[in-house]
Order: sequence, then structure tokens, then C-alpha cells
Amino acid sequence: MSESSLRLVWVYPDLLSTYGDQGNALVVERRATQRRVPVTRVDVRSDQPVPTSGDIYLIGGGEDRPQRLAAERLRRDGGLNRAVANGAIVFSVCAGYQILGHEFINDLGRPEPGLGLLDVVSTRGEGERCVGDVLADIDPQLGLPPLTGFENHQGITHLGRTARPLARLRVGKGNGTGDGTEGAFNDTVFGTYMHGPVMARNPHIADLLIKLALDVNALPPVDDQWYDALRAERIAAAVQPA
Amino acid sequence: MAGNSEPLSPRAKLAVTAGRAAAAVSRAAGKGSGSVIGGKVALRFDPDLLARLARHLDVVLVSATNGKTTTTRLLAEALRAGGPVVSNALGANMPAGITSALAGGSDARFGVIEVDEKYLAGVARDVSPKAIALLNLSRDQLDRAAETRMLAEKWREGLAGSEAIIVANADDPLITWAASSSPTVVWVAAGQSWKDDAWSCPSCGGVLQRPGDDWYCGECGFRRPTPTWALSGDHVVDPYGVAWPIQLQLPGRANKSNAAVSAAVAAAFGIDPKVALERMYKVQAVAGRYDVVSFLQRDLRLLLAKNPAGWLETFSLIDGPPTPVILSVNARGADGTDTSWLWDVDYTRLAGHPILVIGDRKMDLAVRLEVANLQFRVCANLDEAVRSAPPGRIEAIANYTAFQDLRRRVGN
Ligand SMILES: [Zn+2]
Repeated sequence: MSESSLRLVWVYPDLLSTYGDQGNALVVERRATQRRVPVTRVDVRSDQPVPTSGDIYLIGGGEDRPQRLAAERLRRDGGLNRAVANGAIVFSVCAGYQILGHEFINDLGRPEPGLGLLDVVSTRGEGERCVGDVLADIDPQLGLPPLTGFENHQGITHLGRTARPLARLRVGKGNGTGDGTEGAFNDTVFGTYMHGPVMARNPHIADLLIKLALDVNALPPVDDQWYDALRAERIAAAVQPA
Repeated sequence: MAGNSEPLSPRAKLAVTAGRAAAAVSRAAGKGSGSVIGGKVALRFDPDLLARLARHLDVVLVSATNGKTTTTRLLAEALRAGGPVVSNALGANMPAGITSALAGGSDARFGVIEVDEKYLAGVARDVSPKAIALLNLSRDQLDRAAETRMLAEKWREGLAGSEAIIVANADDPLITWAASSSPTVVWVAAGQSWKDDAWSCPSCGGVLQRPGDDWYCGECGFRRPTPTWALSGDHVVDPYGVAWPIQLQLPGRANKSNAAVSAAVAAAFGIDPKVALERMYKVQAVAGRYDVVSFLQRDLRLLLAKNPAGWLETFSLIDGPPTPVILSVNARGADGTDTSWLWDVDYTRLAGHPILVIGDRKMDLAVRLEVANLQFRVCANLDEAVRSAPPGRIEAIANYTAFQDLRRRVGN
């Protein structure tokens, strides 16, 4: 951790905040504060430089045109790549996940270069949008309980050699490749298609990011009763849709 | 303007009659008002029926993400000063429901029609409206993938060259983008509380600058047009600079905004703002919204909020603490099944209110409120929530199907 407080950077809320993505920032903030870890949250608009001194960067989902604009501006800015080179943690969702890869299909139907922070390439699915509750088992290396989320996308993301699947699907489309994978990660860079927002349904992911930032193995427990209740409800709904 | 010179053709008459019969069957079977099913049957008989019915009327279309039902009611009241009005006052706002509503108004001069956002361009093409009121556009029902800017773009293409007078909210950049392809636009400074869908220039994608009430794009020069009408506190200021007091029974800033736009539309039909606004005062509740009902010895005010912009406006009109607030959220088909929008709503605005949580998705709300560091209580149902509040006023805020559930339970 670079300063006495945890620096949480929310990247481009003006472009990539269509699906309640602020929720991930709010959950990280809340759970750090509950552990008496002071948090400085910086919301970076797309006409501002991305600071390189953050500990945790969050990047959310958005519509097709804002996604292209965000990729253009992040490439030009370079701040996020420098931050990752410094060891920063990045957690990305949906459109943001695609931007972190090598390439995705933009709103004009053309390949758009991403930031190359994850070894993934995304295309657009032909069929219906993937919409619904998802249940998946997170890579055991991360030591987390099952992933519950809501997917709402049309993307297909292929993982390269250095990207590990974030989770193995029990229910849902995830990366959309049909190989049962959902999301990707490599070292401290994470990507997922899960909304919900994902931290609200999986507070342990927020805790993981905080632990990585503080470089500690454990955090004091907090009251998870409402998270647990929501998780139980949504996992049941994924297994047995109404 | 609406000369009833040309009677309906026999085919059109048959279609109207068949539609009425189907609606009667639907009502008898207990399937609600029957207006939608009636319209569907009528359209099957004569696909041009909507256009033929509208030909006899001066039609005004009203569309928006929020406030279209209320504005349709306010405007219908105002235009009655000029002649009989037919309107889809029950909110059946897709082509079938609109057809059904118009079929019931053969003697009317005006047709005041609420239109679902996705159908606006098509309905505008079919009915050749005299005026179109465009209020606001913001995120709604995320799982439908109806991207907000794409919607504005569709409106823009559909309304380009329209002969209608477009009455549009100059404070909403997406509305401005949608309307500005039209030859005749009356700009109303009707305000915009929710700004998070309009930080990008709809024209070039640049970042919009928003100093005070103004907005402009620093890159392409797209900017807020100069309004001729303006909502100013409790008044609407007309093009001559005269400030007319807005007195409504409906609460909140958003309804004043709806009234300001309605006054501008009414003026386009020669109705004086004073007369229009006096008539708008008559509107008490709209399809149960804003109604205060007595239930278990409490006074429940029923408030509908379907999306982040709607919740924001609703928080600004509720009574202050310690008035208890019941929140109810569902995620059934009509609500949109993606609940992530809850995280765009600033629930910290409810700090100090006792908060009672119900609805299909009460656990999503519970986590949302926990993260906002608010005190709340999760209840099994409306009765339990009401009983846990002291006698007196309770504000009950619900999204679409949750609102219908509330109305059913309290017998409204
Ligand atoms: Zn621009």
C-alpha cells in the first residue's frame, strides 16, 4: 500500500458505469472502512489523467460506443498500464474486462485494441444476449466461496496462455466460449462478466482485493448476514430459475 | 384543425367494433381493463387503423423515460379547455393500447397519447402528430439492452423532418440531441436532476462540460439551446417573460417540470398558460401514483420509482424524518430482471428515516442499505412493514410490479 490510506480509483464513471458499477467501489470502500482501513476514493473522468499511484483500480461495464471511447482514452493516457507495472490491482467488469484484453469488437463492428493487461481477446456473440443469474466455482488458488452474479452481455472472451479462468461455471454463459469458463485473471489483474454488482454478491472478492493491497493474509471479520442471505437467495435462483 | 369530414371506412369500423368486443370479453374474464387486448385484435383486422383513427384528431404524443403518464394526464386536462380529448390515460402506451384508446374517442378534437420510448418514431410516423413532447431519457430496464443514447439516435432519425412542433427539454442533452434534427422545436428549460446518463456528448462522444444549469461539448460545439419556456422554482416563465404560478396537487419538482412542458404544448394550441395550469391543478393521482390511502390505521402514500432518475426525484418529494419509508423492489419481467441499478440510487438520502424493506428483491436492497451504512428492517410483507411503523404518514416507494402489488394489497 502506497500511503497510509487505501487508494481506490474508479476509472471513467462517465463512460463505464451503466450497470450499477459504482456498487463495487462502494462495497470495497465499506468493507475497508469497517476494518478501520481509511480509504481515499478517486473517481477519474475520461478527460482526466488516470493516476498511477492507486492501490486498487475498478473499471465497469458500459454500452458499445462508450466502451470504444474508453479504450481510446485509456490507450492514449497510459496511466492504467503504468499503475499495473507498479503492481496495482485492477478489477474489471464486462466492457471494462474486454478493454483490459488485447482486442475487442467495437460499436462500428471493427476490432479495437485494448490495453493488453489480460491475455484475452473478445468478440461479439451472434445469438441472444446472455441475461440471467450465474453460479460458478472460483479458481481454488484464490480460496474463495462460489461466485454468484448476474450476466447481461453479448460478448465472447477467449483466454490466452497467461490468463487463468476466474471461475468454472455451474450455471450461466460466462466467457461465452462454451468451455465452461467465466472471467480471467493474471497476478493482480482480474476480469469478469458478472454484474449484480459482483462485489455485493461476493464480498469476499472485495476482501481479497483489500488483502492484496495491504499485503495481509487475513482481515478482521465483519457482519455478513445480509450478504449471506442475498447469496443464498441468488444461488438458489441460479440453480432453479423461477 | 380536426375536421371530421371523412368518416371511417366500413373496414375500419369493423375493426373498432371487433376490438371493443374483445376488450369486453377480456374484462369479463378478469384480465384487467382490456384496453391492450382490444387494441391487438383491432390492429389485426386493419393494420392502418391507428393512422385512420388519428386522422380525425389533433394528436399530441408524449414520451420520456419518466413522467410520461403524468404529463399525459396534465396535458389532457389542459387541452380540454379547447375541446374534447381522447387519451390513453391508463398508461397502455404501445401501438395496440394506443389504438384501443383512440377507438374510444370518435367525438374528440384532441388525442393526447403517451408513447413507450421504443415506439415513438413509429407511432409518430403513423399518426402525423401536431405536437410531440419529449421530457427526459435515462437508464431503465438494463436487461433490455435499449441503450439510452441509441434510443435518442432513433428518435433523432425518426423525427428528422417531422411536421410536428417538438416541445423538448433543453436541460437534457439526450433529449436535445433527439429533438434538434426537427425543423420546429420549442425548447423548455424543464430541469434535470439525474445527470449520469449524459456526461458524454451524444454527437461526438466528447466529455460534456456542465457548469451550473448550462451544458456544452468542448469538442464539437453541441450545446444547450436557448429555451423560450423555463421552469423557475414554482413558476413557469413563458416566451414573453411572464411567470405563471404552478399549483398542483401532485408533489415534487418533477411534476412541476411536467406541468411546465404541458403549458408550453397547450400554448401551441392557443390555450393560455393561466387556463392550462388551472386545469392541471385538478389532477390528483395518476394510476394510483401519489395516492394517499388509509391502511391498518396508517396513511400510506404510494410512490412509483422505476429507475435511478425516478428514485432521485422521489426522494426529493417525501416528507422528512422521522416519517417512515417503505421500500419495495421486484425484478419481474416488466421491471427488468437486472437489479444492479439499485447501486446507482443514492440511498444515503434516506438517513434519519426508519426504513422498512419488502418485495421480491428485499435481500438486494438489504445489502445496498448495509453498504450505505443505513439502519433498516427487512419485513416479510407490507402488513408487517406497516405494523412496525407508528400511526401516521408512511411513504411507500416501489418499482413497477412492486407498486402494483402495493395497490392490490391496500385495495387501491
Ligand atoms: Zn461533442
